[in-house]
Amino acid sequence: MAAALPSSAAPVSGRTDASVAHGRTVLLGLLTCAALAVAGWFAPKWLTFLVTMAAANGLVSLGIVGLMRGGVVPFGQGMMLAIGGYTAALVFNHLGVTDALGLALGGGLMAALVAAPFAPLLSRYRGIFFAMLTLALSMVTYGLLMKLDMLGGSDGFNMGRPTLLGMTLPDARVGYILYLLAIVLATVMSLLARVYFDSTRGLVTLAVRENELRVEYLGGSVRQAMTINFILAAFCGGMGGALAVMALGHIEPNFSFWTTSGEFVFVAILAGWQSVAAVFVASTVLEIVRSFSSAYFPNTWQLALGLFLLFVIRFLPKGIGSLWMKGPTR
Amino acid sequence: MAATLTILIDGLTYASWLFIVALGLTLVFGVLKILNIAHGSFYALGAYMAATFVAWGASMQWAPAFSLVAMLLAAVAVAAIVAPLTERGLLRFFYGRDEVLLVLVTYALFLILEDVTKLIWGANPYFVSEPYAMFGNVDVGIQSYVGYDFALVGLAVAVGLAVWWGLNRTRQGKIVLAVIHSAEVASSMGVNVSRVYMLAFSVGIFLAALGGAFTAPMISVQPGVSVGVVIVSFAVVIIGGLGSIEGAAIGALIVGLARSLAVHLAPVAELFAIYVVMAIVLTFRPEGLFQRIQARKI
Repeated sequence: MAAALPSSAAPVSGRTDASVAHGRTVLLGLLTCAALAVAGWFAPKWLTFLVTMAAANGLVSLGIVGLMRGGVVPFGQGMMLAIGGYTAALVFNHLGVTDALGLALGGGLMAALVAAPFAPLLSRYRGIFFAMLTLALSMVTYGLLMKLDMLGGSDGFNMGRPTLLGMTLPDARVGYILYLLAIVLATVMSLLARVYFDSTRGLVTLAVRENELRVEYLGGSVRQAMTINFILAAFCGGMGGALAVMALGHIEPNFSFWTTSGEFVFVAILAGWQSVAAVFVASTVLEIVRSFSSAYFPNTWQLALGLFLLFVIRFLPKGIGSLWMKGPTR
Repeated sequence: MAATLTILIDGLTYASWLFIVALGLTLVFGVLKILNIAHGSFYALGAYMAATFVAWGASMQWAPAFSLVAMLLAAVAVAAIVAPLTERGLLRFFYGRDEVLLVLVTYALFLILEDVTKLIWGANPYFVSEPYAMFGNVDVGIQSYVGYDFALVGLAVAVGLAVWWGLNRTRQGKIVLAVIHSAEVASSMGVNVSRVYMLAFSVGIFLAALGGAFTAPMISVQPGVSVGVVIVSFAVVIIGGLGSIEGAAIGALIVGLARSLAVHLAPVAELFAIYVVMAIVLTFRPEGLFQRIQARKI
């Protein structure tokens, strides 16, 4: 408990163990990223596309996991996906900025900016009210996007092919390069998330989930932690949206619809709140289940998804991350 | 003046079926502490079942008035078949778990039912137009309105009163209230809590299906009707305060009027007027209009 306090440092004896563990995590992350990069070169196009989308969607769910660690689940994170995606596509089409990395960061920043005024308000809510209020915000966004003709209304609009660091992307390799960008960004964000989760504020977030009144008595600011978590989640979501729109080449208001948001929560629950890597594993599992079942049984893929979700909640309540993460049982 | 009247009547019609559906949602939440995303699917099941029953009645050449009975029977059938299956077969394994996790369980149920309705009824729209013309037209001022709309308002009032009376004036209702207050204490007093859960859930599903069955004549029944309904019903019960009958009524009226105002005055705002109202209410009354303030637990 003492480690969760803002004023006190982590126990000295645990320091070296923790940094060794951190070094191992970073190394493992970089190795995985490199292995994926090599594998992607030989993989068929549909597979690299699938993993690109899984990484982009996984970023959104990563933000949700960050909030879940504090005990709240947003049911409107599709809004952040939409803001990031629309920002990237609009900046590309109207301002002539074509750099994929810049667009991804821009999408994230815009989502964080839009989320910032709502964050202090939302930090007062818990449980179902938090879920419903975020859902309401995302549906307001959905309604706006549907009706704004300058944004293409319900059809959305297309965006062209981005460049990367000044290079134009050749036809044959554009998918692979976007795949590289997606997995590199996913790796970087995962490592940053790990650092944040293990930082003092990250631990305060965990303590809020256990008992927020005690956190306040001990001098931690619950609302500050929740506010910051929400803005960070928005940044992740916006970045995911920008990556998704670059991979798809098209954006539409459905990005902000509540069923889209539901899928992100699905992935976050499937992953559990303990492991960061699990988020991307879960996101890939969802993409695989989705594309295979829509190919082989197009009329019942939601049925398959629903049964799968029930199975996970019933038999793996702490998510697939609990398979390899040791930690507190609650 | 005529425009104001139209807005009011449109809002009232919209509010009436919405109230029936939201009442089921709020009842299920009050007793079982589950915010049921699949509630919209039960609404859709009611609408589909009504389409089947009314068409069947028409093929048997029964009198048009039978279609009203058919719609009622459709709602009863949905509740009788689906409620035991979902409550006993699925939900009871998750009682006592985190509220948000339960939302996700019902989200999974929603996904499953979405495909199940498509498997049973296919993807083509159904139309149940017979009952809609049954009540003729009513002239109010210079405008003419469909009588069915007013009948629906009457039904909503009757359903609301019936549920209120059932909860507050009958022995069974008192038992339900006791379980809402504390399932544990009620159980130690000899109340069969799982039976009460079953009953409340069945009534909740019946109300959703009833709303679906009686709106079927006004809409085209097709895949996707469930998606919109459940989110609007959420808005209603959140505005009114979860678990409150009066709240559901006021919430439905607010949402109905907000929507019809938007439709008539600023069509651009139609889709999000409801959610703006909900966000505003939640900002000032975080627990909804009719919810008692609860102390935080240490």
